[in-house]
Amino acid sequence: MSEAPAIDQPEPGPLLPEGGQGGRLPALSLVPKADAKQSMKDFKSDQEVRWCPGCGDYAILAAVQGFMPELGLARENVVFISGIGCSSRFPYYMNTYGMHSIHGRAPAIATGLATSRRDLSVWVVTGDGDALSIGGNHLIHALRRNVNLKILLFNNRIYGLTKGQYSPTSEVGKITKSTPMGSLDAPFNPVSLAIGAEASFVARTIDSDRKHLTQVLREAAAHPGTALVEIYQNCNIFNDGAFDALKDNATAEEALIRLEHGQPIRFGADASKGVVRDPATGDLKVVAVTPENEGSVLVHDAHATSPTTAFALSRLADPDTLHHTPIGVLRSVERPVYDTEMSEQLETAVEQHGKGDLGALLNGNDTWTVL
Amino acid sequence: MTSQVSSPSAEQHNLGEQRNPVKETKRLDRVIIRFAGDSGDGMQLTGDRFTSETASFGNDLSTLPNFPAEIRAPAGTLPGVSSFQLHFADHDILTPGDAPNVLVAMNPAALKANIDDLPRGAEIIVNTDEFTKRAMTKVGYPASPLEDGSLSAYAVHPVPLTTLTVEALKDFDLSRKEAERSKNMFALGLLSWLYHRPTEGTEAFLKKKFAKKPQVAEANVAAFRAGWNFGETTEDFAVSYEIAPASAAFPTGTYRNISGNLALSYGLVAASKQADLPLFLGSYPITPASDILHELSKHKNFGVRTFQAEDEIAGIGAALGAAFGGSLAVTTTSGPGVALKSETIGLAVSLELPLLVIDIQRGGPSTGLPTKTEQADLLQAMYGRNGEAPVPIVAPSTPADCFDAALEAARIALAYRTPVFLLSDGYLANGSEPWRIPDLDDLPDLRVRFATAPNHDGEFWPYLRDPETLARAWAVPGTPGLEHRIGGIEKQDGTGNISYDPANHDLMVRTRQAKIDGVTVPDVTVDDPSGEARTLVIGWGSTYGPITAAVRRIRGSGGRVAQAHLRHLNPFPRNLGEVLGRYNKVVVSEMNLGQLAHLLRAKYLVDARSYTQVTGLPFKAEQLATAIQEESADV
Repeated sequence: MSEAPAIDQPEPGPLLPEGGQGGRLPALSLVPKADAKQSMKDFKSDQEVRWCPGCGDYAILAAVQGFMPELGLARENVVFISGIGCSSRFPYYMNTYGMHSIHGRAPAIATGLATSRRDLSVWVVTGDGDALSIGGNHLIHALRRNVNLKILLFNNRIYGLTKGQYSPTSEVGKITKSTPMGSLDAPFNPVSLAIGAEASFVARTIDSDRKHLTQVLREAAAHPGTALVEIYQNCNIFNDGAFDALKDNATAEEALIRLEHGQPIRFGADASKGVVRDPATGDLKVVAVTPENEGSVLVHDAHATSPTTAFALSRLADPDTLHHTPIGVLRSVERPVYDTEMSEQLETAVEQHGKGDLGALLNGNDTWTVL
Repeated sequence: MTSQVSSPSAEQHNLGEQRNPVKETKRLDRVIIRFAGDSGDGMQLTGDRFTSETASFGNDLSTLPNFPAEIRAPAGTLPGVSSFQLHFADHDILTPGDAPNVLVAMNPAALKANIDDLPRGAEIIVNTDEFTKRAMTKVGYPASPLEDGSLSAYAVHPVPLTTLTVEALKDFDLSRKEAERSKNMFALGLLSWLYHRPTEGTEAFLKKKFAKKPQVAEANVAAFRAGWNFGETTEDFAVSYEIAPASAAFPTGTYRNISGNLALSYGLVAASKQADLPLFLGSYPITPASDILHELSKHKNFGVRTFQAEDEIAGIGAALGAAFGGSLAVTTTSGPGVALKSETIGLAVSLELPLLVIDIQRGGPSTGLPTKTEQADLLQAMYGRNGEAPVPIVAPSTPADCFDAALEAARIALAYRTPVFLLSDGYLANGSEPWRIPDLDDLPDLRVRFATAPNHDGEFWPYLRDPETLARAWAVPGTPGLEHRIGGIEKQDGTGNISYDPANHDLMVRTRQAKIDGVTVPDVTVDDPSGEARTLVIGWGSTYGPITAAVRRIRGSGGRVAQAHLRHLNPFPRNLGEVLGRYNKVVVSEMNLGQLAHLLRAKYLVDARSYTQVTGLPFKAEQLATAIQEESADV
C-alpha cells in the first residue's frame, strides 16, 4: 500500500526569513519545494474573479497570491479547500489544487486530506457564516485536534451571498432583511471562540493592511498544527464600512491594538495608552500610560502556555464600536499535531506487529479445514 | 487453533475423553439453541463461545444475537432480556432457525420473554436460583411456572446454576457476587457437554481474555468445567446429542466463523490492498456499525487510518477529503447517519470521487430500534439527496458475503469515480456463519490509474471522461501540472469550470445518470430446478437466508417456485426485466413496507406482490413459505 511519497528533508535554515524563499518550516517540512523561484503570477488561475467590485476579498486574494511564492512550495502540493459563501469562491482563483465544497464542512474535508497526505500544505478558506454558524462544530473540533491546517476566516459580519442577512458576528440590533427590527442574538468573537476551543494558533488581521496580513500569513504558515486567522473583510454591498473604525486614520490609532510578541502592549497617539492587568480582578484594562504605570504595561507573550491572557486580550474589543481591537498573533503555542501523531501510530503499529499480512488477517486464529 | 474436519470422529476436546459410558448418545441432524438472560448476564459472550466451538467442530451454523439498546437494562425485566440463538447442523443451513429446540433461561424474565417462541416438546434449561417470588412477580408470574404445570408441554431441566457455580468456585478467593458472574460459563459447560462440543477453544479464549486477571480466568475455566461435569454426572440429563460435522455441505478449503461486520472490515482492508491505495475511514459511532470502526482501528499496520469524527457529517467529509487525496475512502454508519451525510454524498456525486458509504441498517424511522434489523433505507440510499444524484447500491446477502460485497462496492467506486452505497443490516452485522477463507490470488484487481499528464491540448481537464465507463480523470494533489479546482457548483463538461449554462447542466445531469446506469453488474441468476415454476420470489440483502430456506421447504413438499436474489440494487442487472417477465407472479419479500417492490413496479411495470415484515427480526422460513404458497396458489 502506498504511503505519502517520501520527501527529502529540507536543509535546516532560518525560520522563514521575511521575503526569502523556503527556509525551515516545521509545519511544511514534508511538503516538496518548488524547483524554481515562483512569482505571484504562478498562483493566479485562469478563472475570471467574480466578486463584487470593491470587495475586500480581492485584497486578501492578492495578498495570498503574493505571499505564496515566499513559501517556495511545489504548487501542486498546495491545496485550498472552502465551504460556501462569497469567500469560498477563493480556491477557483488559486492555481493550485482546490475544492469548493459544501456549507460549513471545509474543515472536516480538509482534515481528511491533511491527515492522509502529510506532503500537502492544506488551507481552508471560510467566512463568518460558513465557519461559525453552519460549520461551527467542525471549526472547533479542527482547532482542538490541531490538524496541520491553515484556516483563513473572512469575517465581514454579514451574509453576502444570500444577500444581506445578519451573521453570527453581526452586532446586536443589526437591521437586515431578516431582522427588520434588529437582530437579537449576541455575536461570537471568533478569536475568543478559537482560544476557547484549544486553538494552538490564533491571529487577527485586516484585509486592507497588506503588510500586516502578509506577516500574519507568514507566521500561520510556519505554525505546526491548526492556525486560525480571522481576517476582517469589508463587504461593500451589504455591510460597507463595518471596519472603518479600524481603517480610518482618524480613529484607527485609538481603536487598534497592534500586538507584537515580546513588546509592551501600547497604542494610541504616541503610544499613550497601554494594557495593564487589573490587580483587583486579574482582568485586563486599558489605561493612559504614565511614568508611574509604564512598567506595569503588559508585555505580549504569544507563546504563553496558558490561554488566559490571550483570551482576556480578545475580550478588550467592544463588539459595537470595535474600540480596543487587538490584531496580530494572539496565541501561538506548540502542542502535538494530530496528523503527525496519527502517522506515528501507524509506524508504531508496524514496528509492533510487522507490516500487515492480509493472508494472516483473513485466517485469524480459529480455523478448520474441510478435506 | 486449526483443526481438521473430515469425519465425525474428529473430536479434539479433553473433557470428552472422560465421557460417561452409561449415558446414551443420540444423533441429531440439527439443533436450534437460544441462550437468554439479563443483558448483564453475558449471554452474547456465551453464544459467541458456543458458536466458536460449533464452528471449529465443523457444523454449518447461523446465529441471531438479539439484545436491547440499553447497555444494562433494568435487571430482571422483560425489556432487559438479551438472547443469542444458534442453529447448527450436519448439513447446509441458511438461517438461525425459526423456533428453538432448546432454551436456556437464566431468569424468569428470560423464560417469559421467549416461551412463546418454543414448539411443544422443546427442552428448557432454567436457572432455578433466580426464580424467587420477587423476580417472578416483577415479570407477572403469579405462581412459579416451574411448579404450576404451565410448562407441562416442555421438557424442563431445573438447574440451580448460580448455587452450583458458587459451590464450584468456593476455593477461589472471590466474593459470592464475583463467583456468581461465572454462571454463564457453567451453563456453557453444561451445553457443551450436552452437544459434544470441543472445549479447548473456550478454555484458551478465557485464559487470553482474562490474561491480566489470572484468578478470574481460572474461575471461569473452573465454572466451565464444572458445568460440563455436572452434565456428565447428573441424572437429569440422561441423553447427550451428537450433530455430525457438515462435511458434505462445505467445499474443500479452510474455514472460520465470521460475523458480517468483521467480514465487511476485512473486505475493506482487502480492497485497499487490491487497489494499492491506503484505506481511510471517517466515522462517527453508531449502532450497529461501530464494530467496523473498532475493527479497522486495530489494523494500522496495514496503513489503515481511522478517524473518529465530531459528527456524521465530518465523518463523511473527512473521508471525501481523503478520497480527493487518493485514498480508498470509506464512511460507516446506520440510517440516521445516512440522513446527516446526504448533502456530502451529493457533493461526492458532483465531484465524481470514489467513496464507500456503508449503511448498517437498523429499525427506523428516527432513532427507531438501534439494535434490531430492518431494510428500510433502500429508498433513502436510492433517492435521499437533492437534485438528480444517482448512487450505485450493493447489498450483501449473508454475514460472510459482506467480504465480497465490500470488494464489489470498492470496484464500482474506483472504476466509476462515484460514491457507492453498501446496504448491510443489523442481522448480517451481528450474525455469523462459516466462511471459506479466500485465496488471495482470487481477489479482484482493483488498481486505478491516476491522471499523470495533461489530457487536452497541453491542459488538464478534470471532467474529460473515459468513453467506456464515463469515469472522469482522477488527478491527486501532488501531481505537477494537473492543478485543478473542483466543487459542488455545476461544472462545464470537460474543463470542470463553473458553468450555469442551461444546456450544459442538462448534459451533465444526464451524463452522471448515464454513468451510473452503465455500471457493469453481473446478470441475476434464477434458481428454478424444475424449470416449470410460474412464481418468482425475489429479495435483496439479508433476506437471502430466510427466502432460500422457505423456497426449499416449498419444493420439499412438492411446490414449484423460482428464486432470484439481488446483490445490485442500482443499477439493476441488465437481464432483470426479462427475468421478471418470465413469471406469472412475482413476490418480493423484504423487511420494509415494499421498497424494492416499488422500484421493480416503477421500472419494469410488473405487478410485483409484496410480503413484508418490520418486527426488527429476520423472517422465519416457515412463515415465509406459507406466505409465498398463498401468493402463488392461484397462479
